Amino acid sequence: MADTSLDVRGETCPVPLVEVRKALRKAAPGDVLEVVGTHPSSKKEIPMAVKALGLELLSVEEEGDTWTIRIRR
Amino acid sequence: MDHPDTPLNPSAAPQPPAGETTKAVTAGIEPPAFEKATIVVQSGDFDKLQSAFIISNGALAMGMEVSLYFTFWGLTRLKKDGGLDSGPLSKMNMLGLGKWMVKRRMKKAGAVSLERLAQDFKELGGKIFACDMTMAIMGIKAEDLRQDLIEEYCSVGTYIEEARHSTITLFI
Repeated sequence: MADTSLDVRGETCPVPLVEVRKALRKAAPGDVLEVVGTHPSSKKEIPMAVKALGLELLSVEEEGDTWTIRIRR
Repeated sequence: MDHPDTPLNPSAAPQPPAGETTKAVTAGIEPPAFEKATIVVQSGDFDKLQSAFIISNGALAMGMEVSLYFTFWGLTRLKKDGGLDSGPLSKMNMLGLGKWMVKRRMKKAGAVSLERLAQDFKELGGKIFACDMTMAIMGIKAEDLRQDLIEEYCSVGTYIEEARHSTITLFI
């Protein structure tokens, strides 16, 4: 179960990355954030940001054009 | 609920002394306080400002600190009566026709406005510095500028002091 959900479908660079960061700042340590989006590069780059921030990447799933990324703060 | 004082907020991170490298991984999520991007925004061109803010917001999102130094034509875009997005395209502006076309295509592609990028920049803790010499040369007063966006007024020394400790520094 995710504590916070973020929908950035249809958004393009740099919005998905920026919105993930905003949501992570608002989350409490240990919270799980689930992000749904369609911007192709963000599927690779959000995990890069997660790594750079030292957080835990729980999963990256893709179905058609839509990806779902789960992060633990 | 907001947690502004958690280590994810870079401004809350303890600053290590200059020249000393540390692995700041308190609580496993703190980006190294060192990772900083410092960008000079000298151009007032619409597309170049777009680049400056997109790079900055990406860097902020990935845990870096970012300082933007607005000077010369860049600074004129921070005038209250100017409008952040009022600059021409750096190429193929064609008296505004090229810019109109690019803006239309940006809208179609879902790209966000410069104003939105600037608001996100502030929200993620980015800092904007205004060059005071440009202000003197161009007769711009502090009250003429977007003080909601500007952190500080300064000159080259402040830029160098930040740039020398930055891992990314660009001139746009």
